[in-house]
Amino acid sequence: MTTGVSTDTERTAENLLRELAPQVLGALVRRYGHFDACEDAVQEALLAASVQWPTEGTPDSPRGWLITVASRRLTDQLRSEEARRRREETVFSLEPAEPTTPDPGEDQPREGDDTLTLLFMCCHPELSPPSQVALTLRAVGGLTTAQIASAFLVPEATMAQRISRAKQRIKQTGTRFELPPDAERTDRLRVVLHVLYLIFNEGYTATSGPELQRVELATEAIRLARAVRLLLPEDGEVAGLLALMLLTDARRAARARPDGTLIPLAEQDRGSWDRDAIDEGVTLITETLAKAPVGPYQLQAAIAAVHAEAPNADETDWPQILGLYQILERLAPNPMVTLNHAVALAMVEGPQAGLDRLASLDGDNRVAKHHRLDAVRAHLHEMAGDHAAAREAYRAAARRTTSIPERRYLESRAARLID
Amino acid sequence: MKYLLMITMNPAIFDTLTEAERTAIFEGHDAFQGPLRESGELVGSVALADPSNSTTVAVRDGVPAVTDGPYLESKEFLAGFYVVDCETVDRAIELAAQIPDAALTAIEVRPMMDGSGLEM
Repeated sequence: MTTGVSTDTERTAENLLRELAPQVLGALVRRYGHFDACEDAVQEALLAASVQWPTEGTPDSPRGWLITVASRRLTDQLRSEEARRRREETVFSLEPAEPTTPDPGEDQPREGDDTLTLLFMCCHPELSPPSQVALTLRAVGGLTTAQIASAFLVPEATMAQRISRAKQRIKQTGTRFELPPDAERTDRLRVVLHVLYLIFNEGYTATSGPELQRVELATEAIRLARAVRLLLPEDGEVAGLLALMLLTDARRAARARPDGTLIPLAEQDRGSWDRDAIDEGVTLITETLAKAPVGPYQLQAAIAAVHAEAPNADETDWPQILGLYQILERLAPNPMVTLNHAVALAMVEGPQAGLDRLASLDGDNRVAKHHRLDAVRAHLHEMAGDHAAAREAYRAAARRTTSIPERRYLESRAARLID
Repeated sequence: MKYLLMITMNPAIFDTLTEAERTAIFEGHDAFQGPLRESGELVGSVALADPSNSTTVAVRDGVPAVTDGPYLESKEFLAGFYVVDCETVDRAIELAAQIPDAALTAIEVRPMMDGSGLEM
């Protein structure tokens, strides 16, 4: 991601570093505390490794190497801070924790629970979602600030500031480096999964041009979801989220033309869907639904699986999708679910049934002015053969969206209806 | 979501200000930028030269016609802008209200388009 083209070796090296990042950070925080300072030290160690390993070779124990280098950076930093404090206060100074080389065996795994603990910290409910996302990508994903900034199209200084503020906020909350208490675990895990979902969507919605580097975010979200699944194999929603990501990402090659124009699901070339990802996603969601209590991510994954299994758009099992949306709407009601529910209803009972369902959203402030409501209404009017109303609604949606590819798509749908 | 906070200038109003009031506006911008930078919301800012420095270019039948001065003639003009990355439009509006020029003319808050999109 740092350079435009990377060789397989570079890619493997970067993957190794990203995998080790949370393990090394976990080891450091566990030993010295100071999450904030440890996180900076690990970033520096990762950077040093990315420069040194390609020329000098990967060390025998990459994890040990990183822990040693990061510990050294941390010592330097804590010592200089301590010196500054001494100069300022001269009395009541605390002895800094004295980092040493890791004991033999210390770089042995605890990494499993450490990664999870880190995720819970980075997705602290006191942080705003953008801060949770940025901090997770850096501390758990091992991405550099520059990479995160470029993915979110903001200057590096802006992103650095956001990450540093997030770490300060965590410090202020007095959060300790441990898993949240059992009573909070479910709610906190929901936040973690939501953050992974946000990261995935940032990457998945990217279509072309300078946006393409953001695609890596989808890959990264899937990698993190896999890691969480390994740690919590019994959790149905973790499995559901991973399946949803796999099934959605499987359509990536088919969802836009090379110029970035969006292709709706019904018109996608299903031959270019990623069959391996679909198989993995379908197997995962099928197994999960059979044993775990059902949840929103599982239902969305199940809906994606029904789409993925249809040989073509006309053979989509809409009654099954409608049934799944009905459960989803009971379990996790929100206007976006109602929108999709209306589409499924239209496909089963005809466009008027869908339009009637949409009418209930006109008074809902969360969605009344949202372009998706106009877009779905346009689509249903078009299905019903009312081209004038469809055109009006497509145009309204085109004016309301803040996405360039969506606006182009909606304008061309409107233009197509001029006869 | 990124927003453009557009600062409108009206010389007829600006010229009536005292030296102290004008200084307060310039200092107000510095005061505005500090916390914005610190919060990680400032993406960029630009101050524009007076439109008397503008050149307008229009191409007709493949031939560029170049004239001095702005394209739109009006008493007010775009004097500069901030680009902010905020969680909500309410936050962008809150920021716009802190720009000193909001007390003289008005700030227009407009969402910026994004290159990514959802399949429909």
